[in-house]
Amino acid sequence: MDAPLLLDRRGWLAFLVILAAAIVLIPLLVLLPPAGSAFRVPDYLVPLLGKYACYAILALGLDLVWGYAGILSLGHGAFFALGGYCMGMYLMRQIGTRGVYGNPNLPDFMVFLNWQELPWTWWGFSSFPFAVVMALAVPGLLALVFGWFAFRSRVTGVYLSIITQAMTYALLLAFFRNEMGFGGNNGLTDFKDVLGFEIRAPSTRIGLYILTVACLAAAFLLCRWITRSKLGRLLLAVRDAEGRVRFLGYSVTRAKLFVFTLSAVLAGLAGALYVPQVGIINPSEFSPANSIEIAIWVAVGGRGTLVGAILGALVINLAKTWLTGAAPELWLFVLGALFILVTLAMPDGILGLARRWRLPRRAPVAVVEEAPHV
Amino acid sequence: MSDLLAPEHDTPNAQAATRASPDTLLYLDGVTVEFDGFKALNGLSLVLEDGELRTVIGPNGAGKTTMMDVITGKTRPDSGTVLFDGSVDLTRLDEEEIANLGIGRKFQKPTVFENLSVAENLELALKDDRSITRTLLARLNGEQRDRIASTLETIGLTERRTEQSGSLSHGQKQWLEIGMLLIQDQRLLLLDEPVAGMTDAETAETAELILSLATKRTILVVEHDMEFVRDLGAKVTVLHEGSVLAEGSIDHVQGNQRVVEVYLGR
Repeated sequence: MDAPLLLDRRGWLAFLVILAAAIVLIPLLVLLPPAGSAFRVPDYLVPLLGKYACYAILALGLDLVWGYAGILSLGHGAFFALGGYCMGMYLMRQIGTRGVYGNPNLPDFMVFLNWQELPWTWWGFSSFPFAVVMALAVPGLLALVFGWFAFRSRVTGVYLSIITQAMTYALLLAFFRNEMGFGGNNGLTDFKDVLGFEIRAPSTRIGLYILTVACLAAAFLLCRWITRSKLGRLLLAVRDAEGRVRFLGYSVTRAKLFVFTLSAVLAGLAGALYVPQVGIINPSEFSPANSIEIAIWVAVGGRGTLVGAILGALVINLAKTWLTGAAPELWLFVLGALFILVTLAMPDGILGLARRWRLPRRAPVAVVEEAPHV
Repeated sequence: MSDLLAPEHDTPNAQAATRASPDTLLYLDGVTVEFDGFKALNGLSLVLEDGELRTVIGPNGAGKTTMMDVITGKTRPDSGTVLFDGSVDLTRLDEEEIANLGIGRKFQKPTVFENLSVAENLELALKDDRSITRTLLARLNGEQRDRIASTLETIGLTERRTEQSGSLSHGQKQWLEIGMLLIQDQRLLLLDEPVAGMTDAETAETAELILSLATKRTILVVEHDMEFVRDLGAKVTVLHEGSVLAEGSIDHVQGNQRVVEVYLGR
């Protein structure tokens, strides 16, 4: 009764082992080998790898809605950014009197704008638990409301993709405005510490990195549990023949709402983990192009496989880091070319390609079994 | 069925008189559906008794599929009454609610979930709680496994249970879809052209299957294949331009002058 997943039991266990190794090995290799040793991982790599792990969580969420339920959201960057802003607001409140203006109640940019008191939207954000809850709840709530209108009206396919783009674009414009009270153009930055730990200290960075990879592993297990359940098979059914599912008596709207909201919560989590590691959140995170890029990671890795989404996020971002350093003007062309290549030549992404290489060894059995019926 | 041969039963108004019967499962009266001025259904009236097997025939565009759309909530009629089980107004419900009332539908083009295995298709159709949380936590119990096994046996797909349903032949997909209706345990089955694209042998087997099911359920079959309709030996309703043209035994409707005219295009 297994759904046609790409990874067998051994495969995904191996994957979890790799994640566990990443949690243990990278920090050890940063801390233990003496400076100058070939085994030493340089400090600056830690937040970079942590950033990739955030992207991987984000890609996992998109794969859940796109790869399984067939909802191509091109607005997931918005959920990511909202989670990021919630965490950023907590980090801003932690600055306290250490800001340029030394105002104990207001972040610098509000003092600069001559504001007298903290807007209500910032209430509670000096509490870490509150900020974490909001980082998950705000994107989740937006997805719930947005999805309810969209799915109830049976907006599907490219129309849904377009309105999700419109959603993130609208938020981009809103967050650019100073009156919104979220730092406008400059966003939120100059963070000092998180939970009392200095945010730039190597030990804090290692801690954040370990937390992020652990969250990635947990998110992966959660998504895997859902996709392997009967609900996972229902989502595939919705993807392949939505109309038919209704006549079985399932609510397509509710199934989509569930997975879309969960996916937005994962994106919010990714954003919340991202901000302390990169040290800034600004409205550019809402840009429609960012959301499209997430879809490219998933497509390149392989849709509907979970592992593929993670792989795609890592591979593309590694390439991006390297290429934007080596030949920055080339990156967008490479990204575009990659997308065209994947769409035309490898519709199942990297994992699909890997499977094609692996299959010839296993295929004959299936072919012989099927032949008499054809 | 001799009373059905009486000429007055050929008009829709005469059928509405059966409204009072307590055994009525499905009751359609004066149903009209208009698409941009074209009346797909024009004052259609149809009554199905509980436990009845009925075939509906009619030339292309007669409104057969639209009728199924109205019954299953896919299309809202512009006017008319559609009642299920005596009092439930189907025109106010959506597809999910109607499916959960006990009305199942097999589509003209077989629609199975191609990326799921044959058994998984049945698992999804299995009569069970349809809520999201229950679906997420669902585990097949022994009784449900037995039901899947016996349904696989009934539709002759036991051997292929673990294969992706996309790899089935056209006829096997039709059977799988009928199996999905069975395991859903619906009271009323609407079968839209269940033997389209089947070989003669498959058609005969399907007729047998439907007859064996008809003992426990109410079934409405839309079909073009007259041989198959004859095999079923049930009461036949002829639709034409969105309303009932004739009703009765197959011999009766084939002998009806207006039916002959409609089919021969005169």
